[in-house]
Amino acid sequence: MEKNYYVELKGVNKSFGSFQASKDISFGIEKGKLIGLLGPSGSGKTTILRMLAGLETADSGDIIIDGTVVNDVPASKRGIGFVFQNYALFRYLTVYENIAFGLKVQKWPKEKIRARVEEMLRLVGLEDTAKRYPNQLSGGQRQRIAFARALAPQPQLLLLDEPFAAVDAKVRQELRSWLREMISAVGVTSIFVTHDQDEAIEVADEIIITNEGRIEQIGTPKDIYRQPDTPFVAQFIGQSSIVEDFRRFAGFEHAGSGATRAAVRPEYISVSKQGELLKFPVNTETGVVERTAFRGSEIELTIRVKDTLLTAKRLLDDAPVSVGETVHVFIYRIYAFDNEKAYVIENAALTSPDSIVI
Amino acid sequence: MKKKRKQRRVIPGFGLSLGITVTLLSLIVVIPLCSLVVFSSQLSFSEFISTVTSPRVLASYRVSFQTALVAALINAVVGLMIAWVLVRYQFPGKRIMDGLIEVPFALPTAVAGISLTHMTVDSGWVGSIFHKFGIEVAYTRIGITIALVFIGIPFVVRSVQPVLEKLDPQYEEAASMLGAGRTYSFFRIILPEIFPALVAGFTMAFARSLGEYGSVVFIAGNTPFETEITPLLIMSQLQEYDYASATSIALVMLAAAFLILFVNAVLQSRASKIVSGIG
Repeated sequence: MEKNYYVELKGVNKSFGSFQASKDISFGIEKGKLIGLLGPSGSGKTTILRMLAGLETADSGDIIIDGTVVNDVPASKRGIGFVFQNYALFRYLTVYENIAFGLKVQKWPKEKIRARVEEMLRLVGLEDTAKRYPNQLSGGQRQRIAFARALAPQPQLLLLDEPFAAVDAKVRQELRSWLREMISAVGVTSIFVTHDQDEAIEVADEIIITNEGRIEQIGTPKDIYRQPDTPFVAQFIGQSSIVEDFRRFAGFEHAGSGATRAAVRPEYISVSKQGELLKFPVNTETGVVERTAFRGSEIELTIRVKDTLLTAKRLLDDAPVSVGETVHVFIYRIYAFDNEKAYVIENAALTSPDSIVI
Repeated sequence: MKKKRKQRRVIPGFGLSLGITVTLLSLIVVIPLCSLVVFSSQLSFSEFISTVTSPRVLASYRVSFQTALVAALINAVVGLMIAWVLVRYQFPGKRIMDGLIEVPFALPTAVAGISLTHMTVDSGWVGSIFHKFGIEVAYTRIGITIALVFIGIPFVVRSVQPVLEKLDPQYEEAASMLGAGRTYSFFRIILPEIFPALVAGFTMAFARSLGEYGSVVFIAGNTPFETEITPLLIMSQLQEYDYASATSIALVMLAAAFLILFVNAVLQSRASKIVSGIG
């Protein structure tokens, strides 16, 4: 028997003119989960969100929320909270009136509205802004008010469209963990759209990866990261170098499956200077450093190994490596893929019993 | 001593363009207006008061303000509707309709007056319909109002239209996500957004209607105390070479125009304060 989903899409299609934005989208979300819809721009993630909200109408397929097919229910009757990318706070209403808007529409009694608005302001920690207008707030504050406004009418489902796109990097970091805590405190089922994989991996319970109008993979951040299902996910997640014929590398010569291409992530490459102790002397390649780049907490190296450029990292504390230097490169793991699927392949030195660990 | 460094502006030509602006404003606007005061000062203060408050003049103010206000209100509503239709909907002939809006600007006002009169007299094809119900249009205040609606409509449409075009659809989407119906979100969200533009259009239409002469004189019938507008009264004083009286009444109209534009300016600055987030 299938799981008891709170939100479900079944075979949803949507086109804008000749452009097909959603192709046969089906997925289910359990109650109380925080879901990240991740994909490059134009991959159809916002369209999915807008169809859920009722701001777009699906051409075919069913959208089910809490057991009810909502295909023909207008946005205003779906009872969904929505946080817009640019917040869309009403400029001519004060912060108080903005948060009270949804409650007034539902004709709550005045006293209850006041209590609820104050509760929301306390929740987002902006009690003293009630009388201000949205344009008197900072970007981060506006985001919080937009969040409070969406949550005030106690929706069962909260949708957020690129919630962190309009704030600067420092505030974004703060808001991410803030939002995560806030949503688990309120316990509302939430779906947010993002093109930033770090954001999705850090914030979401589960990630849905979209590409060219299709869903590529659904899974926990860990699954997505460690077990990419499709060629797109293997290449999209992480800072991958793409290798055309991975069997050239030591430790991967006899790997099964028909795939020839692979994605190699920097975190699965260990770089040692000549003379440094090697963890796995077997299956270690040598390469020439072509470029080094300072990345703050680490040094990013571009190394040519057997005519292929790989990106690797070394810590600041490690002995410095210079351009032109020959180094030892050991690849722990690669994500091989053909046209349909992706496979995780480990270096033979890690799995075979005859490898020597010093 | 530290010499103060000369601040250079990035955009050149500030001095020259400001000079031209001030000169032209003085020549075209300020000096003619000052001459009004100079001419009126030929009268003593009590003479001035008795001229501008004589019963016939007072009656003309009433006619002018009443008809101009009603016309501007009608224009605000109808103009908003026209702007809404032109921005929000696609239909054949939209471009032509959009172009027609400016016709009242381009047409000599006397032409508009004559054709409107011709249409609305008892035997005219619009006037005859109203005549059946016992309503006279031409040569009454209704006629004046119709003429003023005609000349004022572009002001409202052209001030509201661009604001409506730029209005982010996300505001309406946000309102509907919060459960608001179309009517509610129009009055609570869209109307406040376009209100400053609507007020600007309304005041311009109102101010223009107060001073309108050409299109009104034909349709008004110009019965003293009934359908005689203030600009016509000024005109008739001039024809009697009574410049001082004419300019005195004109001065009152000028004061009224200033007041209207001032109220508009106050409303506009309040709105822009909210939007810019200052204060």
